[in-house]
Amino acid sequence: MISLSHYLIVGAALFCLSVAGIFINRKNVIVLLMCIELMLLAVNLNFIAFSHFNQDIAGQVFVFFILTVAAAESAIGLAILVVLFRNRRSINVEDLDTLRG
Amino acid sequence: MNDIALIIPEVTLLAVACATLLVDAFVGRQRPAATFWCAMIGGLVALGELASYVPETVRFAFAGTYRQDVLGAVLKGFILVLVLVSFFYAREYFRKRATPHGEHYSLALFATLGMMLLVSANSLITIYLGLELLSLSLYALVALQRDSVKSSEAAMKYFVLGALASGMLLYGMSILYGVTGTLDLSELLIKVSVSDDKRMLLVFGLVFLLVGIAFKLGVAPFHMWIPDVYEGAATPVTQFIGTAPKLAAFAMALRLLVDGLWGLAEEWHQMLIVLAVLSMGLGNVLAIAQTNLKRMLAYSTIAHMGFMLLGLLSATASGYAASLFYITVYALMSMGAFGVIILLSSRHSEADELADLTGLARRSPWFGFILLILMFSMAGVPPFAGFWAKWFVLKEVVQAHDVWLATVAVLFSLVGAYYYLRVIKIMYFDEPLQPAAIEGGQDIKLVLSVNGLAVLLLGLAPNALMSVCVGATLPYLPWQ
Repeated sequence: MISLSHYLIVGAALFCLSVAGIFINRKNVIVLLMCIELMLLAVNLNFIAFSHFNQDIAGQVFVFFILTVAAAESAIGLAILVVLFRNRRSINVEDLDTLRG
Repeated sequence: MNDIALIIPEVTLLAVACATLLVDAFVGRQRPAATFWCAMIGGLVALGELASYVPETVRFAFAGTYRQDVLGAVLKGFILVLVLVSFFYAREYFRKRATPHGEHYSLALFATLGMMLLVSANSLITIYLGLELLSLSLYALVALQRDSVKSSEAAMKYFVLGALASGMLLYGMSILYGVTGTLDLSELLIKVSVSDDKRMLLVFGLVFLLVGIAFKLGVAPFHMWIPDVYEGAATPVTQFIGTAPKLAAFAMALRLLVDGLWGLAEEWHQMLIVLAVLSMGLGNVLAIAQTNLKRMLAYSTIAHMGFMLLGLLSATASGYAASLFYITVYALMSMGAFGVIILLSSRHSEADELADLTGLARRSPWFGFILLILMFSMAGVPPFAGFWAKWFVLKEVVQAHDVWLATVAVLFSLVGAYYYLRVIKIMYFDEPLQPAAIEGGQDIKLVLSVNGLAVLLLGLAPNALMSVCVGATLPYLPWQ
């Protein structure tokens, strides 16, 4: 039997992977976008697991909203990526150094 | 009263944002002014509707996901006024460069709609949707200057860090949902205060939630995006980001922490102290090293937001009122400061280096004086509004018996005064590099003058605004 904590552990592991991916990755901006997507999916897994085990539908409704927003978010992210590539001819994370933040 | 009647200003704003987009697509090329006036008049109509109905008690709509109260009405009013004023500055900036810019207004209006949703949210879903509508519009706004290397890089950084922050916020929300089994903030409030056995889990969720809030407010150590975005974006976009969304982020903090998680007040009180002290220190010290004016104002934002948190963490109704006063006054001041940069900029120069201000007082005594008011006010010198903002917050901190915290805040403000006064020194005592007079339309000169004088007037009569802020946060009194 798969219990709630199994789901939560998978969710937490995916979440940690995606955060680590964002901070460790120095090569490619597209990988960053993938990590962001993975992060939202990890949260969705959490919501669905809680929703199922709490017998409450609201969590699944939230998941639909998150999925929709995630689609819009990656559209904007890819658009910014295209603009960035046109200006710099590179999508290497290490090349993003004009601003020293 | 039915649900739609409660959200008429929001519906209007949505219609106006879509109409602005259409007007820009069809007649924007030939008559750029049409887009501006469409956005402006529509915004004014929404403002009028907002003013025509201020509920006396809290009213809920859409199965409790949306709440309309005095605080919401006041914050939405402030936000709309700030956005509409920023349109005048944006028009001047783009007019100088003769670039098409109709998208700026419709994206800004969509962002405003997101802010209004956030202000009135009463459910975790509404908070998330409002936040994303605001953030996604802001990412696009920053990237709007398509041929600028700086702004596309700033947009990318803002996007990645912003998405990371909303992911954190969502993770926190999922934990809260799992523990309490509800997404509704009013129910959350009850369930959090009774569930003592699961307090550890709730605090775990709270930490993630606070990361999201701190990122939106731009509070250290989640401030990394602020300097880059402020420097990289076009000045009117920076001005937009630096004003109204701060109020929305404040509302989000209030809704989540006070309306939802009041039961964890002890915990978030401690965490906010750390955030406040860190950002006051980091912001004020790093601002000294900046030579770029926009970057300097970015670090000053971080410091100001830290100071504002002091009122919030006192966890009393008068503390929230002080924070609301602080953040409103701050938005006015930074609106004016970026307005001066826009006024000084020309077709070929952004005028965002400190050196561009040399001898401003000789080039234009009046606008030198306006910037003098703004800088003195930011530094917290009486009798300007910034002094009262700091005064009200410090009073709350001392009354909450955190005297050491007040001392730290005052010390860091003294450090901060150095870089504001340096601007004044450069303006008044250095020889101008280029003696040319300032070019700019009459409308922006008028708006900027009113903006600067408003800071002076609010300093002379702070009670007018303060009584509004107290009225807005009054419903929080019974919980003390």
